Amino acid sequence: MAMFRRPGVSPADRLFRATVFTVAISVLLITGVIAFELVRNSRLPIEKFGWGFLWGTTWDPVAEQFGALPFLYGTLVSSGLALLIAVPVGLGVAIFLSELAPRWLSDPVTFLVELLAAIPSVIYGLVGIFVLVPLVRNVLEPFLSGALGFLPLFRGAPYGVGMLTAGLLLAMMVVPFVVSVSREILMAVPHSQREAVLSLGATQWEMVRIAVLPYARSGIMGSVFLALARALGETMAVTMVIGNRPEIRLSLFEPGYTMAAVIANEFTEATSDLYVQTLIEIGLVLFAVTILVNALARLLIYNVFTKVEVRE
Amino acid sequence: MTPGLLVRRRLANVLMLSLTGVCTALVLGVLFFILGYITYHGISALDWDFFTKLPKPVGEKGGGMANAIVGTVKLLALASLIGVPIGFLGGVYLSEYGRKNTLGFLMRYAADILNGIPSIVMGIFAYTIVVLPMGHFSTIAGGVALGIMMIPIAVRSTEEFLKLVPASIREAALALGLHEWKVVSFVVIPTAFRGIVTGIMLDLARVAGETAPLLFTAFSNRFWSRGWFEPTASLPVMIYTYAVAPYDDWHRQAWAAGMVLLMLVLGANILARLVLHRQLKG
Repeated sequence: MAMFRRPGVSPADRLFRATVFTVAISVLLITGVIAFELVRNSRLPIEKFGWGFLWGTTWDPVAEQFGALPFLYGTLVSSGLALLIAVPVGLGVAIFLSELAPRWLSDPVTFLVELLAAIPSVIYGLVGIFVLVPLVRNVLEPFLSGALGFLPLFRGAPYGVGMLTAGLLLAMMVVPFVVSVSREILMAVPHSQREAVLSLGATQWEMVRIAVLPYARSGIMGSVFLALARALGETMAVTMVIGNRPEIRLSLFEPGYTMAAVIANEFTEATSDLYVQTLIEIGLVLFAVTILVNALARLLIYNVFTKVEVRE
Repeated sequence: MTPGLLVRRRLANVLMLSLTGVCTALVLGVLFFILGYITYHGISALDWDFFTKLPKPVGEKGGGMANAIVGTVKLLALASLIGVPIGFLGGVYLSEYGRKNTLGFLMRYAADILNGIPSIVMGIFAYTIVVLPMGHFSTIAGGVALGIMMIPIAVRSTEEFLKLVPASIREAALALGLHEWKVVSFVVIPTAFRGIVTGIMLDLARVAGETAPLLFTAFSNRFWSRGWFEPTASLPVMIYTYAVAPYDDWHRQAWAAGMVLLMLVLGANILARLVLHRQLKG
């Protein structure tokens, strides 16, 4: 009898549940299908080159000889350079916003910094080509080769396009990620930590250095990895300023190439199946790397927040 | 403590704290420079033709990007058609049924992975499932790529806003004898509606500027794209093509397109944040 049926679970309810459940499953499915499709469509190069693909240095579409090392190198170096600039600056901003700025200043500034992350990549590329490249060519590279030219990193002709410019542009693009996550993390550090050190007579900077930063260390590392994942997969802006030459050169002035950039540039021009599938395999490598880095980032950030919950 | 040490400590304090201020000024400077520079070059390049005319052949001056503007609108419509229902219902699942169970955990994880996938890889995926079977580039393929990119953010933001609805409201509705689906559809979702819509708007603004996933899905087109099965031009791809080409007049139009795109994306962002700010406060 209807009276004894559990209230709340009518046939309409079952339909409703089934619908949202199906959609939920489909989100899982899509993620799986992406991985599957990437593997399925890079069979040819996987069979032909095997693992050697990852450390092959020849990229010759005409002879159909493909090695991914120049792109791996370019991606790692440009992203590494970006972090080298973005992390200290971003951390500085996060400290300013969480420790120094009053609320009425901190909130709008955070909002503005996060707007940087909303600017489309191709716009960064536009500014990169017409502002950053000439600036690097005429000012930064002559200066660096004058001051630090004894290092092999800063030698060679100043082209403007190259690894250095790509790193600078990427730094601007990932700084908001470092700032917004680090700020949250710093603000989650318990006040008791700060007060304990202040009561011992520490200055405000000493408090940040001794009590706040070490406490937030793993979360900050998390924000760094988050920014790294962004930088690794960044396509348009890098493609527009890195010079797109598949060679491994020590000098940061030289043009390079990244995994994302080679896909963007050569995909529509790839004539043979092997060529297209090789580019897809590079996409697969990029996919795997970003998943790993992202997972690491979340693990580190998650740890901080649970630590705070337990101790407070 | 010697006075010298104290002075040094105070000095370090002032120095380091001012450095953090300098960092902040630097980052804000970059933002304002980009906004200012794009506006400066964009305004002088923008004319009525930009919105109404087709691109001119290489070498001829003038022309506009009317087809790219329409193309972007079509791509975004298609993307919403895919991303919004899946993202929204997925969010409903997470908030109403999946807070603590395994599927919920897996789904959040999948959404995080999806969100972290580089946009160019999303383009490859759309290429393999749409372009390869169809045999040519199309608006549909571009829409699919952007639509899938919308899912993770739509899922997570919908979930967050539904979670903000107090349990007491759900219980009150259930206590009145309403069925579960009615409680969710007519009580919980309307309460969180403004937040959900705002989240989706932010999501749309994010994919509106995406270029990489369109390069080999929607491709580009010098002419109007009829229907949904032809390649189409879009603002981001036009900016890219025009910026890397060696013609001054194309550069001028790239600035104009850049400004229009930036205004669209940032406008949607600022609007959404204002709405959210008021919602969370009120």
